Amino acid sequence: MSAGAVARALRAYPTLLRVGLAGAVAYRAEMLIWMLTTTMPLVSLALWSAVAASAPIGRFGARDFTAYFLATLIVRQLTGSWLVWEMNMEIRNGSLSQRLLKPIHPLLVYSAENLAAIPLRALLCVPVAALALVGAGGERFRAAPATLALFAAALLGAWLLNFFTMALIGALAFVMESSTAIFQIYLAGFMIFAGYLVPLELFPPALQQIAAVLPFRYTLAFPVEVVTGLLEPDAALRDLAIQWAFAVGTAAAALLAWRAGVRRFAAFGG
Amino acid sequence: MRYLRLLGTQLRTSLALGMQYRWEFLIDGALTVLYAFIGVVPLYIALAGRPPVGGWTFERALVVVGWFTWLKGILDGAVNPSLISVVDQIRQGTLDFTLLKPADAQFLVSTAKFELWKLVDILVAIGIFVYAFSALGRAPAPADIALSLGLLAAATLVLYSVWILVISAAFWVVRLDNLSYLFNSIFDFARWPATIFTGFWRILFTLVIPLALMTTYPAEALLGTLAPRTAALAALGAVIFALLARAVWKRAIGRYTSASS
Repeated sequence: MSAGAVARALRAYPTLLRVGLAGAVAYRAEMLIWMLTTTMPLVSLALWSAVAASAPIGRFGARDFTAYFLATLIVRQLTGSWLVWEMNMEIRNGSLSQRLLKPIHPLLVYSAENLAAIPLRALLCVPVAALALVGAGGERFRAAPATLALFAAALLGAWLLNFFTMALIGALAFVMESSTAIFQIYLAGFMIFAGYLVPLELFPPALQQIAAVLPFRYTLAFPVEVVTGLLEPDAALRDLAIQWAFAVGTAAAALLAWRAGVRRFAAFGG
Repeated sequence: MRYLRLLGTQLRTSLALGMQYRWEFLIDGALTVLYAFIGVVPLYIALAGRPPVGGWTFERALVVVGWFTWLKGILDGAVNPSLISVVDQIRQGTLDFTLLKPADAQFLVSTAKFELWKLVDILVAIGIFVYAFSALGRAPAPADIALSLGLLAAATLVLYSVWILVISAAFWVVRLDNLSYLFNSIFDFARWPATIFTGFWRILFTLVIPLALMTTYPAEALLGTLAPRTAALAALGAVIFALLARAVWKRAIGRYTSASS
């Protein structure tokens, strides 16, 4: 991309965000179902606090589980992306050609649509967060400015990593009939190794080692651990660097896959 | 009788289709074993070597995991594949062809496709039962096995009915990726004994989204701890659920207007 193209894209971005927000409002019903799906950590919360009621597991008591899963809920709401479904559909039925005609990189447009939906998701998320801070497990949240800055950086990193992973898997649809099968495998890995169902430090050592080298943790558990004070500041900074390295690497791979894929793309009708 | 013959035909077609993908059988089998192992990890963390929660030790909870794996096989092998394709048919309007056939539409739609390699899940489930009961140091009584199989039928009926309700929703909202994903995420919690939950959640998972009926009651039956009254209520509940789903399906299909009109 030349400098002019970048400047043009930046100028167009606010408008794209507005369009994305309008789209998100138009599909309220889907949004609602999606929101319900992301409240699954609340079930985990109920489950694990019941389990920990008699005796703590590791260093997790009932209140720690509450804090952990509330933070999981918030992070997931703010960083989730469902680009794979969209790309699969648009590549298969050819409507991607409309995006290709626009003088702006389609991934940028997708990212605007995704980001614009976040205020709506936050509608559900913010009251929950407030409740958590006032009520159960509130003392676990670290409100120091440094921690909050680190949390913000970790959130942005998680969003980038999620978005470009989705783009990468979605781009496989250019060569395969549908990449949703691959996505299912990714999702299974995510469920296990991202700390979505259980805090990772409670895993048996062998599984912990596997989780440590996979990128899943950085999409969810890492920001959660930062904000609930489970990580020491030094370790958090190191992990932040790893997270951003993963994000940049995935972004590069996604852009390459996209470019290779678009060459193969032959729209049907459209 | 006619419907049995129809079912046989549909099964034969699915088998012929499935035989084309022998590799999937192997890969799927390996993945099922892997997932079953990993799915047990949270239960292991929560229950093994700790005081029992709500009367559940790790070994007893494994029986619930066994039924969960079994039902997951039924869900992915016999319920999901056909019903997912209905959604596409509604969107594209090709459901017309099904509706024109001289047989019950719900029956045709529900038996359109089976993925028989999901039988692996049931083998894995049996493996889990064997392990759990050898860890408990006893074998289940024959009467308990019979009762739990009966409850499995009720559980399957409920699972199927929930899916019919989900599909019926597709007549109102066109896209269903989200809804089926939501259902799968909720169903994942059926791996846990529903009686571990307390208060609101236990009521939710017993009466509204009957996860308890799907896995916990068959497990309790197999362990020989289920009250006969609960078993009878569960069977009754399953029948009511199925009738409700049938009524909703009838209404939904009445609203169907072909995509081209």
